[in-house]
Amino acid sequence: MSLLELRGITKRYPAVVANDDIHLNVEAGTIHAILGENGAGKSTLMKIIYGATTADEGQIYWHGNPVRISSPSAARQLGIGMVYQHFSLFESITVAENIAIALDRKLDLESLSAEINLISEKYNLLVEPDRLLYHLSVGERQRVEIIRCLIQNPKLLILDEPTSVLTPQAIQGLFVTLKQLASEGCSILYISHKLEEVIQICDSATVLRGGKVVDTILPSATTTGELAHLMIGTQPPTTQRQHVKINSSSTLEVCQLSAAAEDHFGSDIRDVSLTVRGGEIVGIAGVSGNGQAELFKLLSGEKIHSEPDTIRINNVGVSRLNANGRRHLGLACIPEERLGRGAAAGFSLRDNFCLTHHGRNLLRYGFIKYKEADRRTSQVIDRFSVLCDGPHAAAESLSGGNLQRFIVGREIELNPTVLIVSQPTWGLDVAAAAFIRQTLIDLSRAGSAVLVFSEELEELLEICDQIVVMYGGQMSQPVSRSDADIEQIGLLMAGEGFSFQTTAQGY
Amino acid sequence: MRRLTLEQRLHPSVAIRALSPIAATLITILAGSAMFYFLGYEPLGTLRVFFIDPLTSVYGISEVLLKACPLVLIALGLAIGFRANVWNIGAEGQLTIGAICAGGIALAIGEKDFGFTLFIMVILGALGGMAWASIPAFLKVRFNTNEILVTLMLNYVALLLLSYLVHGPWRDPFGFNFPQTALFHSSAMFSPVLPGFRVTGSIFIVIGAAIIAWTIVTRSFLGFQMAIAGKAPRAGLFAGYRDNKAIWLGLLIGGGAAGLAGMAEAAGPLGQLLPTISPGYGYTAIIVAFLGRLHPIGVVFGGLLVSLIANGGESAQMYLGMHSSLSQIFQGMLLFFVLAADFLVFYKLKLVTR
Amino acid sequence: MDLTIAIITGTLIGATPLIFAALGELVVERSGVLNLGIEGMMLIGAVTAFGFAFAGYPPIVAALVAMLAGATAALLFGVLALTLMANQYAAGLALTLFGAGLSTFLGHGFGAAPLTAITEVSIPFLSSIPIVGPLLFRYDPMVYIAIALIPIIWFALYRTKMGLVIRVIGESPQSAHAIGYNVILVRYLATLFGGAMAGLGGAYLALAYTPLWVPNMTAGKGWIALALVIFSGWRPFRVMLGAWLFGGVTILQLHAQGFGIDVPSQLLSALPYVATIFVLVVISRNRIFLLKNFPMSLGKPFHPGN
Repeated sequence: MSLLELRGITKRYPAVVANDDIHLNVEAGTIHAILGENGAGKSTLMKIIYGATTADEGQIYWHGNPVRISSPSAARQLGIGMVYQHFSLFESITVAENIAIALDRKLDLESLSAEINLISEKYNLLVEPDRLLYHLSVGERQRVEIIRCLIQNPKLLILDEPTSVLTPQAIQGLFVTLKQLASEGCSILYISHKLEEVIQICDSATVLRGGKVVDTILPSATTTGELAHLMIGTQPPTTQRQHVKINSSSTLEVCQLSAAAEDHFGSDIRDVSLTVRGGEIVGIAGVSGNGQAELFKLLSGEKIHSEPDTIRINNVGVSRLNANGRRHLGLACIPEERLGRGAAAGFSLRDNFCLTHHGRNLLRYGFIKYKEADRRTSQVIDRFSVLCDGPHAAAESLSGGNLQRFIVGREIELNPTVLIVSQPTWGLDVAAAAFIRQTLIDLSRAGSAVLVFSEELEELLEICDQIVVMYGGQMSQPVSRSDADIEQIGLLMAGEGFSFQTTAQGY
Repeated sequence: MRRLTLEQRLHPSVAIRALSPIAATLITILAGSAMFYFLGYEPLGTLRVFFIDPLTSVYGISEVLLKACPLVLIALGLAIGFRANVWNIGAEGQLTIGAICAGGIALAIGEKDFGFTLFIMVILGALGGMAWASIPAFLKVRFNTNEILVTLMLNYVALLLLSYLVHGPWRDPFGFNFPQTALFHSSAMFSPVLPGFRVTGSIFIVIGAAIIAWTIVTRSFLGFQMAIAGKAPRAGLFAGYRDNKAIWLGLLIGGGAAGLAGMAEAAGPLGQLLPTISPGYGYTAIIVAFLGRLHPIGVVFGGLLVSLIANGGESAQMYLGMHSSLSQIFQGMLLFFVLAADFLVFYKLKLVTR
Repeated sequence: MDLTIAIITGTLIGATPLIFAALGELVVERSGVLNLGIEGMMLIGAVTAFGFAFAGYPPIVAALVAMLAGATAALLFGVLALTLMANQYAAGLALTLFGAGLSTFLGHGFGAAPLTAITEVSIPFLSSIPIVGPLLFRYDPMVYIAIALIPIIWFALYRTKMGLVIRVIGESPQSAHAIGYNVILVRYLATLFGGAMAGLGGAYLALAYTPLWVPNMTAGKGWIALALVIFSGWRPFRVMLGAWLFGGVTILQLHAQGFGIDVPSQLLSALPYVATIFVLVVISRNRIFLLKNFPMSLGKPFHPGN
């Protein structure tokens, strides 16, 4: 008999059927993967199992008995725990209080702390119960989330993309913990889109595509290629690259740039130097939280640096200019956050077009030429096949992929000589991702200097001519694509060979 | 099973945005009639006294305009700030400081007639309000203090300052010890638009302000930048709009408008400084701004409506012996319904069968 | 000596309505809701209490009904701000306006009829000790209740699960919702509690402090309570200190001339507000203090979604 069985689970949202007749069996003591692209319906399914939302149709069986899971608290009572991708933790209270808040029992922090220490030792999940959560690193926060579940002796633990914030070494540490749990009889539902991980630790895998179950398979008897094919439905699209032709009139140069972090959460930038020449794409690899976010802000002009020549665009020192001033010199940027940073929520696409194009003959005596803006917004929408209700559609009404198409299109339309982009394909389906990657390659081959920040090494290896690694706010020497060796880059990402060592990212 | 669920509207239509305050007004009138009925007044007749009678005479219209002027002027300024997420609750204090600055110069000039006293007062009134509003702006930009709380506190400080001045150094020496200043010279006062009526030339300032506010909000790049920087600050920073500009402008525009309104009260119907310059115009204007859905045209109508209700309350008191507090209740109800109706602009109720 | 005693006792009595209203608002704000309608709720509480006492009910009944009335007024705010997700500042101001109008209307029949006030209870023996007696043991019961409430609220906020839930909802309603707490329900309860406490503060004014009914008799005490919550940095014990400061300054200016202080009373009155702004600046610079005490979601509507 299965521990958990889903029969015919269906969940509809106004625009989309998120889950369509899902059947799923999770056996006791196994690690079961839910595999699928972004938008395949994984998160909705997990929310239904954890009681955070309810299905429109279908039935859940727990130990073979039909159950109705109406709330997370009901799920916890059954023995289901969940670790969210974006943690549900509170910075203003201690680790122990964060764990107490999710328990359905009386508040007794002393005995709870003892219990936390016990679990923390048993599963090698080091945390200090009395520390304020605010002071914890991302990795430590994940441990708090996991302990919060384990303390309730769950029969089933759900983990939503747990490795996206961890170093390769920390990931291996997490896997040891998960295998130990499974061997003790606790089942694990492992949500991921990373194929290697699934093959490495999962006993079985259910593949979702477009809200439907495509297949349930044994990962150990399959290859990443077969899994990818199941997940996407077709052969993954490939990108076309031509030879690099260096265009020396467009360059981005960073010269011995150092900057202190804004708060303790960020990373200091230490003596970073880098050159991107017109015609080539340079990629910045690294585990998140090693200074990439800070460097991006310094380059985009969201943060200003006091020494003018530490950052140079086309041989002009720009460090003291804001984003608008740098844009006039030929820089365009695409941040990883689309809604709220790359585009303003609550505003139309037309307004979001004006956001970066107002300097391009869109103003007359301080007034916006709205008709002209409408016309040019429509052009971007057409040229980059953005699915939307025209230039007056609100930015938040677009899907992630379409909004990214719009933002990329908007910035390309500026004809930038230097383009900086962060996580260009986060959360996009494979077709949209391939389109964006090809667009970046084409722009560089047309003579622009392109710098890409990405946490997905495969993506960088696919599109970049040179790769550098960031660790602890420092930058490695560039490795050219032809010499790139995953093993070696992985070691750099873990901090091997950097002079400055930090423990903040240790697991 | 059937149940009601909420669904967010991604594109609230212009029609529904404009309709919601009108619907709220109608519901308020219905609820008000019910209230009148239960209090023993004849609903239709009472409504006529409230809403029609004040508009049947030139004097009545003049009185409605008189009260609407400061409300509209302040609300126009506040709405521009509110659109940029700058929550200035301190118009009452800014109004008071505007009146103090303008009144101070009028008293200093005294009986001399330069011919441009009033002009200086207009400038000083606006500058005074802006100076008072610059305190929360500076503290917000420099120390990240919450502007709602600071502006609120400063209202009291301003009122106490005015009270100190009219009780102390600025008290009229020939005023029988009443806490009030001497009357302003006629060159330091707005003259009535029509002889014998109280509404003054300051109404042209309000009309001008409405046109300027409309231009800023709907057409200008400045208004666009402020709205982006206020509502999506990280997108504003990404685009290179100075993030503190919206805070400064939002507060300065609101403060300037309130200061002007205070000046126009002192140099208009009052003609001197008293311990209270305004019967809460600075607070009521917040309500007017929301009533007008933060749009300049809406604000003009909102101000007129609130003023009409206030005047209607006075005539109801006079002719029907109705208690004056009822118009306050009426205004409160109106805002309740307006805020409630707003909900239906952004969400729709849906009956779902499952 | 007698003057000093009068000032201290006057301060404690003047602080009492402020403590009630501010403690209520503190709990409301800790849950992430900013209700600017304290003044309105206090007025409704005051007129209700006076009405019931006027009709011959004992003060305790009058006070309890006033709490109920305050909570009902808060419910109105809750429906707008929590269920309908209206702008909280506007909803609070509407409540203040409405409360002022309603209380004036309901109270217009009361005239200026005086009332048998809640009287002070002299604690036997202790109250007859010289100096200490009149200083500590000759107040009406509400003064003691207000002071006793401070450690109670502190304990509830910092030592109970309920308090923990209120505080985390104030920090991040989204996370609290994800764990399975009913954010809207908790915020409603906090808002109703705040309304009841404001009602009680109003009742104290009408039953003990004045004891009269005068329209708008709160005279800005609701706003002072709001300032107090900020002054306290959202911490219960500091509410008491702040209330004594605000209450003390009010009393002091009545006696200023007796002390030969030649400061205009208005400037003295402005002092607490300036001090509040100063405190606000100081705590705004202290990240850890803000993190631990300031409800980060204050004033922001929350929509639970599907």
